[in-house]
Amino acid sequence: MSSILKALHFKPLDGVRIVVWSAFALILLLMPLAAQSSFALTLLCLTGIAAIACMSYNMLLGQAGMLSFGHAVYTGLGTFVAIHAMNKIVGGWWVPMWLIPLVGGFAGLAFGALLGYVTTRKAGTPFSMITLGVGELVFAAALMFPEFFGGEAGINSNRTGGSGWLKDMGLTFGPQIQVYYLIAIYLFICTAAMYAFTQTPLGRIANAVRDNAERAEFVGYDTRWVRYLIVMASSFFAGIAGGLTAINVEAATADLLHGVRSGGYLLFTFLGGVGFFFGPIIGSILLVFALVVLSEFTKAWQLYVGIIFLIMVVFAPGGFSALIMLNLRRVKYGEWRKMRWPYVGMFFFGLIALWGFAALVEMAYQIQVAAGSGTALTVARIPLDAASTSSWLIAVAVLIAGGVAFEVSRRKFQRVWNEGEEHIAEAIKKAEAAIV
Amino acid sequence: MYALELQNLTKNFGKTAIIRGVNLAVKKGERVAVIGPNGAGKSTLFNLISGRFEPSSGNIKLHGQDITGKRPYEISRRGLARSFQITNIFSRLSVFENLRCAALFASGQKYSFWKPLSKLDALNDRTEALMASLELKRRRDVPASLLTYSEQRALEVGLTIAGGGDVILLDEPTAGMSHSETDRFVHLIRSVTVGKTLLTVEHDMGVVFGLADRIAVLVYGEVIAFDTPEKVRADPKVKEAYLGAVLDADMNHAAMAGAAA
Amino acid sequence: MEFFTISLLNGVSYGLLLFMLSAGLTLIFSMMGVLNFAHASFYMLGAYLAFQVSEWTNFWVAFVIAPVLVAILGGLFERVVLRKTHKFGHVAELLVTFGLSFVILELVQLIWGRTPVDYKVPTVLEGSLFKLYSSSFPVYRAFMMLVAFAMLGSLFLVLKKTRIGLVIQAALTHPETTEALGHNVPQVFALVFAGGCALAALAGVIGGNAFITEPGMAQAVGAIIFVVVVVGGMGSLAGALIASILIGVAQTFAVGLDWSFIGGLQTLGVTVTPETFGYPVWKLKISQVAPILPYLLLVVMLVVRPKGIMGTRDE
Repeated sequence: MSSILKALHFKPLDGVRIVVWSAFALILLLMPLAAQSSFALTLLCLTGIAAIACMSYNMLLGQAGMLSFGHAVYTGLGTFVAIHAMNKIVGGWWVPMWLIPLVGGFAGLAFGALLGYVTTRKAGTPFSMITLGVGELVFAAALMFPEFFGGEAGINSNRTGGSGWLKDMGLTFGPQIQVYYLIAIYLFICTAAMYAFTQTPLGRIANAVRDNAERAEFVGYDTRWVRYLIVMASSFFAGIAGGLTAINVEAATADLLHGVRSGGYLLFTFLGGVGFFFGPIIGSILLVFALVVLSEFTKAWQLYVGIIFLIMVVFAPGGFSALIMLNLRRVKYGEWRKMRWPYVGMFFFGLIALWGFAALVEMAYQIQVAAGSGTALTVARIPLDAASTSSWLIAVAVLIAGGVAFEVSRRKFQRVWNEGEEHIAEAIKKAEAAIV
Repeated sequence: MYALELQNLTKNFGKTAIIRGVNLAVKKGERVAVIGPNGAGKSTLFNLISGRFEPSSGNIKLHGQDITGKRPYEISRRGLARSFQITNIFSRLSVFENLRCAALFASGQKYSFWKPLSKLDALNDRTEALMASLELKRRRDVPASLLTYSEQRALEVGLTIAGGGDVILLDEPTAGMSHSETDRFVHLIRSVTVGKTLLTVEHDMGVVFGLADRIAVLVYGEVIAFDTPEKVRADPKVKEAYLGAVLDADMNHAAMAGAAA
Repeated sequence: MEFFTISLLNGVSYGLLLFMLSAGLTLIFSMMGVLNFAHASFYMLGAYLAFQVSEWTNFWVAFVIAPVLVAILGGLFERVVLRKTHKFGHVAELLVTFGLSFVILELVQLIWGRTPVDYKVPTVLEGSLFKLYSSSFPVYRAFMMLVAFAMLGSLFLVLKKTRIGLVIQAALTHPETTEALGHNVPQVFALVFAGGCALAALAGVIGGNAFITEPGMAQAVGAIIFVVVVVGGMGSLAGALIASILIGVAQTFAVGLDWSFIGGLQTLGVTVTPETFGYPVWKLKISQVAPILPYLLLVVMLVVRPKGIMGTRDE
C-alpha cells in the first residue's frame, strides 16, 4: 500500500538544480554569440572536449581516489578508432557522422576493459606507476604499428562524409559552428550522465573505496572490481572526448597518446579541483587557456604552469573550485567583506613579485632559446634587455621587494582568514544545537 | 549446526605463533565475550575469522560452510560483519552516507549504476532508522572525520550492523570511553544486536558480564576456558593463567554491578 | 658468442645503472610512502650538474660534487615543500613531486637549452678495455659497473651496520610501524630523501656521458624505473636489483636482434605473407620491440604475480 502511495507521490526536481542545469544549457547555447572570431570558436570547441576529458579523469581521481598517469591512452585510442570509423563512413558506411563520438566512447570502454584489467590489479601508488607504464606501452606500440596509427604523420579523415536525413537538412559538419553545437550537446549529455553516475550506488561506493578501501571490503565490496568498473566508466567518457577530437580536427597522431598529454589531464583537473563535480570544467578552461593562449605569450609557459601547480598542491589542494566554494561560504556567513582589502593587497604585491620573476625567466629564455632574435624583449609592456646588467638588477630588485611585501600581506590575509573561519565554525555549532 | 565454528585454528607471524590451535563453537543467537590479557591474540583471532589475515592452519566455518582463507568481502556477504578496535570509517563521507554504503551491498544493489540512490526508498528509510537508533541523527550530514570520538565509535558499530549480518564481531567497542558513555553504549549494542550471534573482545568486565552468555578466555593463543560467566569465574585454570587476584576482584565487582543493573 | 658476451656485459652495466636509480626510489618509497615522481629528474639534474662542474674543473670533481649538490637540493625540497603536503596524504605527495618534475625539466631547459649538451667521458676512461674478435668493450662501461658495485656495497654496509640503516630496514619490512615512528624522526626522512636523490644523481653523473645528456633523458628512464620497482616488488631492494638486471639485459639483447616471427615461423615451415592475418605483428623485429619490453614484462608480471618478484605486500 505504502509503495503505491510513494509511486504516486510527485517529487519535483530540486529548484536549484533546475536553475543550474538550465543555466548550463543556456550558456552552451549562447556561447558562440560571444565568440566573434573563428579563433574564439576553436577555443570553445577545444574547451568543450577538454571538459569531458577532465570530468572523466575526475571519475578516477576525485571520485575513486585513483591517480592515473595514462588517461590520454583512452582519449587517444578513442580518437584513432573514431578516425578509422570516419574513413569507413566516407567509404560508404551507413552510420551518421554525429554518432562518431559514441564510436570513440565504445572504443574507450573496450580499451578500458582490456588495459584496466591490468592496471586495477593494484590500488594507490602502485596503480599510478602501472598506469604510467601502460601509457608508455601504448604510446610505443602506436609507433610500432603504422598500419593502424599512421606512423609519424598520423591518419587524416574528413568529417563531411556520410549521409542521412540530418545531413540532407544541412548538417554537414562543414562549418565549425555545427561542430561546436555537436560538442555542446555531447558535453551537456555527458556532464548530466557523469553527474548522475556520482549519485548511484556504484558512484557512492567509489567514494567509499577512495576513503577507506579496507572497510569497503568488510561491508561486502570487492574493491578491485570497483576500481575496474570505474576505470571502464571513465574510459567510456574519455573515449567520447576522443571521438569529438576526431571530428574537430579530422586527424589523429600518436602524440595524442603521449604521457605528456596524460600528465596534462592530471595537472589541469587538479588545478580545477577534484573535490567538486564542476572543478574539472574550470580545469578544462585553464587547460585550453594555457596550451593555446599562454603558450603564445611566452615560451616558458610550462614553467609557470608547473610552479602554479606546485603552489596549489601545497597551499590549496582543493584547486580553484575549492577556492571559489570557500569564498562563497564566506559570503553566505557574511564574512567576505572583511577579506576585500587583504585580498587586494595580496594580489597587488603578488603581481609585482610575479613581474620580477617573469622578467628573470623571460630574459633567461631570450638568451638561451631565442638567442637568434636579439636580446631585447618586453615583459608586460615594460622593455628590457637581456644583455644589460641593469635589466637583471631591476628584475631581481622588483622580485625581492614584491616578494617581501607579498609575504607581509599574505600573513595579514591569513590572520583575517583564520578569524573568519572561527566565526563560521561558531555559527555552524549554533545552528546544529538548534536542531535538537 | 553452529553459527561459527573454529577448528584447530593457528596463525604464525614468521616464527612466532600467535594463535595456537583454537577450537570454539558458537551457537546461533549466543553472545560470547572473548577476554584475555594483552597480546593473547584476541584481535588476531578476529582478523582470522573476518578474512583480514589468512590462518596458517585449521578451519573456520560459518553456518556450517567453510570460509577459511576467503576474502573479507566474501565472508561479509555470507553474513559475518565486524568492527575494528581502531576506528575504521569512510572519513570524508557523511554519517548518513557511511551507513548507507555499509548497507548497500547487502540491500541487493551491489555495483548497480542505473538507479539513483535517492530512489532507493527502502534502503534510505532503513538507514535513517539505524542512524536514529545510533543517536547520530543530528549529525546526519557531518563528514565522519569531524565526529567526536564516541560518535565515531557509534558509527563504527553502525557500519558493522548496517549490512544486516547475523554474526557480529565487535573488537573492543567501548575502548577509550568514559563510564557513563560505556553504559549507554552497552545498552545500544544490546538493542541493535537482538537475535544475532555476537562475539566481542572486551577489557571492561562490566561490559563482559552485562552482555555475554558465555565467556571464552584466550591466553597465549589458546582458549583455556569457554563457559558461562559464573563457571569461568570459578575456574581455577582461569584464575591461575589470567591475571589471578586482579581478575577475581574485577569480576566480583562487575558481577555485583551486573546484579544491581 | 662475441655478441652474447658483449651484450651481456652491456646489459648488466645498463641494468646496474637502472638499479642505482630504483634503489633510491625504493628507499624513499618504503621509508616515507612517497613515490618520488621526480626521481628521474634528479638523475637528469645529476648529469647536467656533472657536465657543468666538469666544464669548470674536471670529471672527478664533478663525480663528487654533483651528487652532493643534488642531495642538498633534494633535502631542501623535502624540508620546504614535501613536508608541508604530508598531512594531505600520499596522493598530494605524489602530485607535488609530479609538479617538481615539470619544474626541473623547464629549469634545465632554461639554463642549458633544449639541445643535448656535450658531456664527454673523461680521456682516461676512453677506449676499449678488451676486444673480443671484432667487438670491443669500452673501459667506461667497466667503470660504470665498478661504481655501481661500490655503491651497492656501501649501501649494504650503511643498511646493515649503522643506526639509520637499521631504521630504514625496519621501514622496508614494517612500513606502518615505521610510519608512526617516522613522525618522531623527520631528520631521517630528509636524510633518506636526500640520500635517494644523491643515488639518482650519481647514476646521472656516470650515465649522462655514457648515453646522452638532454632534457628528454628523465622521461626516457622515469617510466622504466617505475616498472623496475613494481616488477621487483614494492619495497624490495633485492627485487629491484633482479628486475633492473633482467630489464637491462633483455633490452640490450633485444636491440641487437633482428629476428622476427616471420623468420621463426619460416623455420617451422610456415610462410607468412602480407596477406596473412596479423601480419603487422609477425613482421616486427625483436629490435623494434625492445623499447616496450619493460612494459610487457610489467603487464605479464601483474597478471601472473601481482606482488612482484620479491614482493611481500599484496594490495
